[in-house]
Amino acid sequence: MVKPNFPRFDTLSLHAGQHPDPVTGSRAVPLYQTTSYVFQDVDHAASLFNLERAGHIYSRISNPTTAVLEERISSLEGGVGAVCTASGQAALHLAVATILNAGHHIVSSGSIYGGSHNMFTHTMPRFGIETTFVDPRDPAAFRDAIRPETRLLFGETLGNPGLEILDIPAVAEVAHDAGLPLLIDSTFATPYLFRPFEWGADLIMHSATKFLGGHGIAIGGVVVDGGTFDWEASGKFPTLTEPYAGYHGLDFVEEFGPQAYVMRARSEGLRDFGACLSPANAFHILQGVETLPLRMKRHVENTRQVVEFLDANESVAWVSYPELSSHPDHALANARFPKGCGAVFSFGIQGGREAGRKFIEALGVFSHLANVGDAKSLVIHPATTTHQQMDAEALKTAGISEDLIRLSVGLEDPQDLIDDLDRALRASQR
Amino acid sequence: MELQVDDKCAFATTGGRAFDATQPTVLLVHGAGMDHTVWVLQTRYFAYHGRNVLAIDLPGHGRSEGPALISIGGMADWLFRLLDAVGVEAAAVVGHSMGSLIALELSARHPERVTTAALLSTAVPMAVSEELLSAAKANDHDAIDMITVWGHGQGAQLGGHKAPGLWMTGSAERLLEQAADGVLYTDLSACNDYQGGLDAASRVQCPVLMVMGQDDRMTPPRTARGLTDAFPEAQTVIIKGCGHMMMIERPDQVLDTLREAI
Repeated sequence: MVKPNFPRFDTLSLHAGQHPDPVTGSRAVPLYQTTSYVFQDVDHAASLFNLERAGHIYSRISNPTTAVLEERISSLEGGVGAVCTASGQAALHLAVATILNAGHHIVSSGSIYGGSHNMFTHTMPRFGIETTFVDPRDPAAFRDAIRPETRLLFGETLGNPGLEILDIPAVAEVAHDAGLPLLIDSTFATPYLFRPFEWGADLIMHSATKFLGGHGIAIGGVVVDGGTFDWEASGKFPTLTEPYAGYHGLDFVEEFGPQAYVMRARSEGLRDFGACLSPANAFHILQGVETLPLRMKRHVENTRQVVEFLDANESVAWVSYPELSSHPDHALANARFPKGCGAVFSFGIQGGREAGRKFIEALGVFSHLANVGDAKSLVIHPATTTHQQMDAEALKTAGISEDLIRLSVGLEDPQDLIDDLDRALRASQR
Repeated sequence: MELQVDDKCAFATTGGRAFDATQPTVLLVHGAGMDHTVWVLQTRYFAYHGRNVLAIDLPGHGRSEGPALISIGGMADWLFRLLDAVGVEAAAVVGHSMGSLIALELSARHPERVTTAALLSTAVPMAVSEELLSAAKANDHDAIDMITVWGHGQGAQLGGHKAPGLWMTGSAERLLEQAADGVLYTDLSACNDYQGGLDAASRVQCPVLMVMGQDDRMTPPRTARGLTDAFPEAQTVIIKGCGHMMMIERPDQVLDTLREAI
């Protein structure tokens, strides 16, 4: 049988969502640095506002440059559509706010980005949304934490910073048994390494600031809708299944079918909350997405060499990377991450906090800063920075010890990275 | 809105507006394995521009109770009974792909009930490849992949959705995956088995619009030439660079063409 072929990943990374500009012939995606779009006539304007015709109205809601990025990431993840946001945090907020109201509840992995943990622990409760954190390695714990008012399960493909591999099929089954969707933050994996929809996730979010953009120059986020969750059958999501007065009684599931969630996220979430991605940042992130497959391959190759070096170094107490047999999720990594487990990982330094301080200050190639996923190598001490708002118990749940140092391995020559680490480790033990 | 046809629940979306018996009606008929959502923009536009819209789910599709009907003639007669159920004497009927054959047959069998027939992405005969039929019969996902790849023009394979942020082929796959097992095969068989299209065309009395995508690989424009000649009078529009899923690929051109015709 002759099977039809969809365009493949590397091709989509370069082309999805864009055709050469019909007016100018521009091959690159043009940067549409505009706030608004001229209507053809009054009827055209009214039709756009009422979702009778598709198109751009105002760049808070959509923008042609940003739309290319949205389609491109949606294509790479295998979704029905995506909405870009001002940051990864804005993406998480939009993903939640599109379907949760005051009085609702989230069950989340405890091993997540500190900023996400902060939002769930301290900020969402002010708006009536509570979160229970559970062990990401225990799908039954997700099940046990579900309440009648639970509306979302959440976790990260690769936990931050311990790289706990979420058993997405198992957690998705728990979610679906309860009529709930599973939202995955797949920032560390990117669709090049892992595609959560293929394993049962319903929604995906990214901090596009990280590997998608890949060059540390633009903040952005994205929410991708898998289009698989049956909102109608669940019966728990009136924002999608009941008439919405904000659009003349529009019933999103009835009219948009599998695209209901992403249409609501844009037409309400961007319209009203307004955390849109700037077109300039969309343009920058698009340049990164074009080389995503090449960069991720090199990120992983470099990481493997750095991990091997650290694992054999006597100044290092432990290394946590799922490809090592010592990692609790080693078997899961082998089965589901054949292309690697990303380029962010952590290790413990002999000598604890003081040795860690000396180590970080002695590094020359690695930059000490609060980011990951840059083309340049980065280092940070989470307990005093990204996760400092957590108390001791939350730090323990998140697997963060005081000796933990997190690296984001970049694209430099791997020997230069190893030399830098070697020099700093020696300095740390003096 | 939910209706009762043959004592079974039938669903039609009305584009967010209540049905108004004083307005002219547009009946939108989807293709194989799909449902009313393929018409979302056209539905909303007509509903807010002085028309009743009935974007129906054929039996066994979307929200309409099954089973799926096995012949194009049977589906046309079902539409006739649906018009009775909703109290519409005559409607403009717009059909896509399999829906175009149903619209054609309805127009021939019940000419008094059709004011205009618009046939989108049509072909007579509508032969379906053995590979696609076999995959659909086995409920193999390859059938969905074939329809999705062959059903979108070359350009649409890389996206460019008019609605910002939507990914065309991903959306088509999810929609087709929602169909119950066997529905796609039943539909494709009905298309493949349909005979008498040219005869039906000769009996159509209303104005006919045929809209075809220049890059349509499922129903290329050449496969509708015989049909064009068989109608007493038909207007033909070919959309450049467009594939089979024209309502999604070129929603504005399809809408503007329909606005003029109906």
